[in-house]
Amino acid sequence: MAPVVDTLRLTAVEARGLLERGEISAAELHSAYLDAIDERDGELHCFLSTVERAEGDGVPIALKDVISTKGVETTAGSKILSGYVPVFDSTVAARCKSTGLPLLGKTNLDEFAMGSSTENSAFGPTRNPWDPTRVPGGSGGGSAAAVTAGLAPWALGSDTGGSIKQPSALCGNVGLRPTYGTVSRYGVVAFASSLDQIGPVTKSVRDAALLYSIIAGRDPLDSTTAELPEPVRLPEGESLKGVRIGMPTELNEAEGIEPGVAEAVANALALAEELGAEVGECSLPRSVRYGMPCYYLIAPAEASSNLARYDGVRYGLRAQGESYQKMVERTRDMGFGDEPKRRIMLGTYALSAGYYDAFYGQAQKVRTLISEEHREALEQFDVLVSPTSPTVAFPIGERIADPLAMYLSDLLTIPSCLAGLPGLSIPCGLSEGLPVGLQLIGPQFSENVLFRVGHALEQALEFDTVPTRWRT
Amino acid sequence: MAITREEVLHAARLAWLALTDEEIDRLTPELDKILDAVGIVAELDLSDVQPTSHPLDLVNVWDDDVPRDSLSREDVLANAPALERGLFKVPTWRQ
Repeated sequence: MAPVVDTLRLTAVEARGLLERGEISAAELHSAYLDAIDERDGELHCFLSTVERAEGDGVPIALKDVISTKGVETTAGSKILSGYVPVFDSTVAARCKSTGLPLLGKTNLDEFAMGSSTENSAFGPTRNPWDPTRVPGGSGGGSAAAVTAGLAPWALGSDTGGSIKQPSALCGNVGLRPTYGTVSRYGVVAFASSLDQIGPVTKSVRDAALLYSIIAGRDPLDSTTAELPEPVRLPEGESLKGVRIGMPTELNEAEGIEPGVAEAVANALALAEELGAEVGECSLPRSVRYGMPCYYLIAPAEASSNLARYDGVRYGLRAQGESYQKMVERTRDMGFGDEPKRRIMLGTYALSAGYYDAFYGQAQKVRTLISEEHREALEQFDVLVSPTSPTVAFPIGERIADPLAMYLSDLLTIPSCLAGLPGLSIPCGLSEGLPVGLQLIGPQFSENVLFRVGHALEQALEFDTVPTRWRT
Repeated sequence: MAITREEVLHAARLAWLALTDEEIDRLTPELDKILDAVGIVAELDLSDVQPTSHPLDLVNVWDDDVPRDSLSREDVLANAPALERGLFKVPTWRQ
């Protein structure tokens, strides 16, 4: 008889302790999560596929389905890749494997990681564990909901404009978007290459730091990666003495921030001051107004190029056509869902002759402004804070018919992504019974600072990551 | 109007998407609205600002030229929708 583990509460660091002390075997731990998936994933639909038995004597992990896994179907949430079985591992999957982390399964997402609610998955939406009538956020809603629901001790997501941090905020767990270039994208389905990052989704900040230490570092197979300037440290302290926290006015007073969200963030900052931090105001004058427009020119432009590879020739779906051109055009029309088509069209238009300078070229310059504004603010402060999402989890169906309303879900996460900065979202309270995320942004390569501040706040906030409906 | 139906059709051709009439009818006003919203980047005078194409200062990243195994032919062809004599098979180029 296997020991009983409460997967709803067990953190990855705790699970590692159980394994090290021999209190449970890796196979028993794996089974415990598969049992939880059997019990709760019928309602939530976090997983697109699960793995019955996998190699490794460590803490099992779920991977967002943009991460190529050798021999395990990888769909990116798209019909066009349905049935695609990679013949090689992505570097992050290989690093998890070589660390001994068995693969639990592949998690649901908005198609090609395009969306903020996971409603754009070709395989049906994921539901929020706190309230299954609401979205888990996106694009990585499957990974975030799985960790909150105790269906995986930890998971990896990918983040282009908020796809790790925003779902973690809406599901009440910890999400790290690392500094651009610190985690290899080799073997990860590309969306917007100057923005895409892989990062941890976990129940605690220590778990996030541990997982980040496993996946980060230069990869010869991805020339955009950089070596970490210092080793990753698992945070321990509870003091914030000497830490300067800046509140950018525009990020904290943006239109659409719900009062309950602002209140939870204000409470967290009051706690930070009690722990010894100095909190002050600062400004990112143009980053919020122009961040979303800049992002929705650059990301679709890059996506239109990256998604050109889906042509029905080498892998994936193929439609019938009497000529090569007809076959490719029909394959793409049949295989892509509405949101990828919208972004391919937007990006193609923004890059086309006559519009390139006004749209794409101008957006690249706006990106420079946004980076400079963040650099200036981070000369005065160690971290910048704001809500991760302007709202708590919204009802399924509420924004899906209005692309612009959906795009505004990422209003507060986009600017720092454009600047290539790391961001950590931690749960900081409830509003209307749903989790609120606190976003911490630091300079490039400042993950250790984010872990330290996040961990200290997490200890002080004592947020219960188990959804209220499942507490006993 | 920021974008016309003809421009949407042109972009669809460039993007190799055989959109249906219904899709074109839906996408034209949607793209128009989105372009209106993102078009505000034009308000800024950025003539003196350098563009950012990549957030890290990495220039000329070199690696040692070490031979390593590539994928086998079998692996490369494993996911192909159609094959003939060990090659990817596609319809004729023009018809």
